[in-house]
Amino acid sequence: MKALRNFLDKIKPHVEKGGKFEKLQSTFEAFETFLFVPNRVTKLGSHIRDANDMKRTMSVVILALLPALLFGMWNVGFQHNLSMGVTDYAIWSNLWYGFLVVFPIVVVSYVAGLGTEFVFAQIRGHEVAEGFLVSGMLIPLIMPPDVPLWMVAVATIFAVIFGKEVFGGTGMNILNPALTARAFLFFAYPKHMSGEKVWIADQGDAVSGATPMGDALASTTIPDGSLTLPDTMDMFYGFIPGSIGETSTLAILFGAVILMFTGMASWRIMLSVFAGGLLMAYIFNLTGNNAYMQISPWDHMVMGGFAFGAVFMATDPVTASQTTKGKYIYGFLIGFFAIMVRVFNPAYPEGMMLAILLMNVFAPLIDHYIIQANVKRRKKRWAAAEVTA
Amino acid sequence: MSNTFKIRKGLDIKLLGEAEKSIKEIPTKIAAIKPPDFHGVFPKLLVKEGDEVKTGSPLFYDKYRDNILFTSPVSGKVKEIRRGAKRVLLELSVETAKEQEYVDFGVSDPNSLDKAAIIEKLLKSGSWPFIRQRPYSIIANPEDDPKGIMISAFDSAPLAADFDLIVEGKEKAFQAGVDALKKLSSGKVYLNISDKQKSNTFLKASGLEINTFSGPHPAGNVSTQINRISPINKGDIFWYLRPQEVISIGNLFLTGNFDASRLIALTGSEVKNPQYYKTVIGAELGEMIKGNVKEGNLRYISGNALTGTAVEKSGFVGFYDSQMTVIPEGDHYEFLGWALPGLKKFSFYTSFFSWMTPNKKYRLDTNFNGGERAFVLTGKFEQVFPLDIYPMQLIKAITIEDIDQMEFLGIYEVDEEDFALCEYISTSKINIQKAVRDGINLMIKEMN
Repeated sequence: MKALRNFLDKIKPHVEKGGKFEKLQSTFEAFETFLFVPNRVTKLGSHIRDANDMKRTMSVVILALLPALLFGMWNVGFQHNLSMGVTDYAIWSNLWYGFLVVFPIVVVSYVAGLGTEFVFAQIRGHEVAEGFLVSGMLIPLIMPPDVPLWMVAVATIFAVIFGKEVFGGTGMNILNPALTARAFLFFAYPKHMSGEKVWIADQGDAVSGATPMGDALASTTIPDGSLTLPDTMDMFYGFIPGSIGETSTLAILFGAVILMFTGMASWRIMLSVFAGGLLMAYIFNLTGNNAYMQISPWDHMVMGGFAFGAVFMATDPVTASQTTKGKYIYGFLIGFFAIMVRVFNPAYPEGMMLAILLMNVFAPLIDHYIIQANVKRRKKRWAAAEVTA
Repeated sequence: MSNTFKIRKGLDIKLLGEAEKSIKEIPTKIAAIKPPDFHGVFPKLLVKEGDEVKTGSPLFYDKYRDNILFTSPVSGKVKEIRRGAKRVLLELSVETAKEQEYVDFGVSDPNSLDKAAIIEKLLKSGSWPFIRQRPYSIIANPEDDPKGIMISAFDSAPLAADFDLIVEGKEKAFQAGVDALKKLSSGKVYLNISDKQKSNTFLKASGLEINTFSGPHPAGNVSTQINRISPINKGDIFWYLRPQEVISIGNLFLTGNFDASRLIALTGSEVKNPQYYKTVIGAELGEMIKGNVKEGNLRYISGNALTGTAVEKSGFVGFYDSQMTVIPEGDHYEFLGWALPGLKKFSFYTSFFSWMTPNKKYRLDTNFNGGERAFVLTGKFEQVFPLDIYPMQLIKAITIEDIDQMEFLGIYEVDEEDFALCEYISTSKINIQKAVRDGINLMIKEMN
C-alpha cells in the first residue's frame, strides 16, 4: 500500500491546477478516493465524523443487488435453454451463458455513465459523486436480455445528462436516473422494449417468449379470455422470462433485507408500495370484469418489475419523499398506480416504471404539505401564546 | 411542579479518555479572554498591553451595548492583545501576578436587592456575559424580561464534565446565584438535571422548578430542555446558564469579588491522566497538558468533540467551556477504508458493526472519513434530533436565506449545537453547524 500511495503522490502534482494533466484532475481524484479514504481533517463544526460515507452507502446497495444480479444471469441462461427445448437447471453452464450476455451490458452502462460523470465533474470542478455506482448496476438489471448494447449506451448517457447532471448532479435530481434510462428506451425504441421477442436471450422456438405480464395483457383483448399464469411459486423464485434482474422476487427480498437492516433504504417506502399494490389489485378483484383484473394480489406482486421497483427504485432517497410521514403516502401511491396502469392501460404493460416516475414528480408536493403541517402547528402555538400573553 | 422527560432521539458517542474524578490544583500563569467566544459582540478595548489589572477590572466592552463589560479573570499585567485578519480582536491575555487583587463590588444579599441593583452589579463586575439568551445564543439584554431562566445542570456531550463533582461543596454559592437570578425574570427559574445526578447542591436548591431528563445526547442541550418544558414562540426569550456560572454569580454577592474560578475537565483519548483541574476562566492549556499528552499530531479542543473550538497547544480554554478534549489528528490515508468491514470503527449506521458492542469506547480522530457531497440519505437526521422541527428542511431554508421559511420551521428554537449530531452522522460530510450559525446571524441582522 505504501508503494501505491507513493505512486499516487508522485502523480498528484501533475493533475493539480497548473500541472500538465490538470484536465484529468477529477478522473484522478475519483480513482484516488476509490483506493484511499482521503486525509482531509475537519476544520469547522464537529471535530469527529461518522465512519460512514457515500461510498460505503452505495456499496451496501450494490451488495443488496448482487442476489438479483446473480440469479438474473443464471436465469438468462436457463430461459435461453428452455426456449431451445432444453430444461437444464445446471448452475455453472447457465450462469456462464448469462454472464456472457449480461456482463457486456454492465460494462457499457458503467463506461457510458461514469465517462459522462467524469466529464461533468471536470467541467464543474467538483469530485465525481458515487451516485452512478448504483444507477450503473440498476440500468442493466431492468433491461431485456436482448437489448442492443448501443441502446444501453445512448440511454445511459441520456439518463446521466438529463436525469441528473442538468439538475446539479447526485442529490439534486428529481427523477430516478435508472428509470429515466429505461423510459427513454421504452418511448424511443418500443419494439425492442416490449412484445414477445425481447425477453429471452437469443430465443429459440420452443416457447412463446411472452412474460406473464404479456400473457395477462393479451387476455384482456380476447373475449372470455382465459388466463393461465405460471405457478405463483415459479414466479416468486423467478423461473420466468423478463428483464434481467426483476424476475426473482426471492432474490430481491434478500436485497430488501440487506437494505432495511443497514438502514440504506426506507422500509416505510417498501412496505407502503406493497400495501398500495395489494389494495389496488384487491379492488380490481372485487370490481373487475376481465381475466386481468381477476389476477390475485399476490400474483401481481411477483409479476413483472413490481418487486424490483418497490425495493430498489422507489426507495432511492434523493427522488423519494424526504419526510418520514410523506414516505408512506409516496410508497402507497406508487403501488396503487402501478397496478392501475398495468391493468387499465394496454399501451403501458409495465406500470411500475411509470408509477415511480410519476410519484418522483409529486414527491416534493407531498413533502410540502407534510412540512406545512409542522409550520401550521408552530404558528398555532405562537397565536395561542399571544392570546394568553 | 417538576416533571420527568424522556428523550428518545439522539446518540451517545462513547469516547476513550473520560476524566477521573480527581481534582488537581494548578498554577495559572496566563489567562485570556477571547472575544470570538461571544456571538455578535464587537469589542472596544479599555486597556493596552502592559496595563496592570485586578480580577474584575474591565478589559473591554461591547460596542453596541456599552453597559456590558468584560473583566479580567486574574490580576496581573495585560500581556498580549492579539488581532487577526481585518484587525479583529482574537485574544486578550493577562499574565498572573504573584499576589491576586480583587476589585470590590460589595457584599450583599441578593434577596434584599431589587432587579435593577442586581443587574447593575452583574454588569459592573463583568459577570453579565455569563447570562446568555435563546434565541440566538447571544449575551442577554439587561432590558428584557425573559419568559424564564434555564439552568442546564448536566452536559450529555461526549466526555462532558460531571457537574455533580464540580458543584460539590458549593451549595451556598449556588443558592445565592439562584436567589439573584430569581429576581431577573417574572417567569420561573428552571433547573434541569439528568436522571443520574444526585448532588444535593442541585436537589436541595430552592426557589426553582427542578425537571429531570433521561435519554441520550442531546438531552443536556438547552434547546432540547426548553422545547419540552416551554417551547419558544416568536418573541419569547429564555435566559440560560450552566452551574459554574450560577456559582460565580452567587460568589459575587457572597464575597463581593468577580469569581472567575473554574473546574475544567481535561478529557480525550490522547490524555495520559484525564482529570479535573482547579483553575480560572480562560486558563492556558500549558499547565494542564504538560507531560500529560501522548506523542503525535494532536487536536486540542476547548469544549467537546462535537461543538468545541480548536485551539493551539499554547492556547486558552474558552469562556463558557468546562472541558478540554484532546484527540489525534486524522490526516492519514486509509487504503480502501470505506470498503473494509471496519470492525474497530464507530458508526451510527448498521452498515458498520459498532452496534454489536454498544458499551465500547472509541479513539476517534479528526478525519472526515469521506468526501463532501450533496444531501442524499434522508430520515437520518430526524433520528438524532429530538425537537419537533424538520432538521434537513430547516438547513435548506437557511442555505437559500429564506427568512420567512426559517422562522416558520423553527430557527428561534435552535442553536448550532443542536445540529452537531446531524453533522456527525451526515454521510455527505457537510458543515452543518457553520451553516446554522450563519442562518442565526442572518436572523439577528434581519430582526433588529
